[in-house]
Amino acid sequence: MASSSSYNSPCAACKFLRRKCMPGCIFAPYFPPEEPQKFANVHKIFGASNVTKMLNELLPHQREDAVNSLAYEAEARVRDPVYGCVGAISFLQRQVQRLQKELDTANADLMRYACNEIPTALPVPPDMAATSVQPMAASHQRPVGSFYQPPATGGFSLPYNSLPWNDNPSAGGGGEGGI
Amino acid sequence: MNTRCAACKYLRRRCPSDCIFSPYFPPHDPQRFASIHRIYGASNVARMLQQLPVNQRAATVDCLYYEAQCRVQDPVCGCVGVISLLYQEIHNAETKLAKTKAQIALFVDSNSAREDFEVESDLNVLLHEEGNEFAHLGPSNQVSFGFT
Repeated sequence: MASSSSYNSPCAACKFLRRKCMPGCIFAPYFPPEEPQKFANVHKIFGASNVTKMLNELLPHQREDAVNSLAYEAEARVRDPVYGCVGAISFLQRQVQRLQKELDTANADLMRYACNEIPTALPVPPDMAATSVQPMAASHQRPVGSFYQPPATGGFSLPYNSLPWNDNPSAGGGGEGGI
Repeated sequence: MNTRCAACKYLRRRCPSDCIFSPYFPPHDPQRFASIHRIYGASNVARMLQQLPVNQRAATVDCLYYEAQCRVQDPVCGCVGVISLLYQEIHNAETKLAKTKAQIALFVDSNSAREDFEVESDLNVLLHEEGNEFAHLGPSNQVSFGFT
């Protein structure tokens, strides 16, 4: 963490706000002067007073993470003023769903191989006994066709399931329904 | 009937006919504006909306509401916490998928080894049967196969 006020150099926040960076400046530890864009983004989206209020409501050891997550969200919203972080969340949720479908398919294939092993198993010659394959443990199998539920935040539904971050170009922009 | 939108009610001001908030903050949902105001502030939201075409503003407000709710619930991580969880879920799913595919590969290898063994066994049986067929032909009874 930077403490620029100790070097008589204003932190990025105080530079941006054109004010004197006092000792104990709440922004100084988290907005070093070498990263002016970080505060510029946060200020643009959240505003200095809102950030101050948020930081004051947190314990000191939580503030760095809070500032970094605010900076992340602010940058996402500067890049995409409409969807912000929600665009990334939507894209990642679709990736998770795609992977889960692949996993379901792979598990189904594995079950088929395992089931085919049992009725067609030939008497194994003594010299091949060491290479026999054990079927997959049942605990690793998921019900085929089960739908993965992405982590929710207190039950809030994602406003948009079909966003420009569609990783399947052949699919349309909508039609998937809400989360 | 001139009902104020939720934003103007919250801000305790008159709701003008061209209020920038009113299409997106109906009076029956006060919590929506309260959450967004708490995190972003009214002037920031108004400025964001003014900088966007009208047809994109509803989506913007929905997303701001979602992010504000995430931040209210988790003041440290906000919706970045959701993103981190999703990355972890992706990593876990990729790991499981790789393991499952490796197990399938073992079955495939085992099946192909068994098929090779079966082919060889069948060939041995065939050769043995052919040998029996001609066993009655002793050295003196052997039909010439072209070898003299």
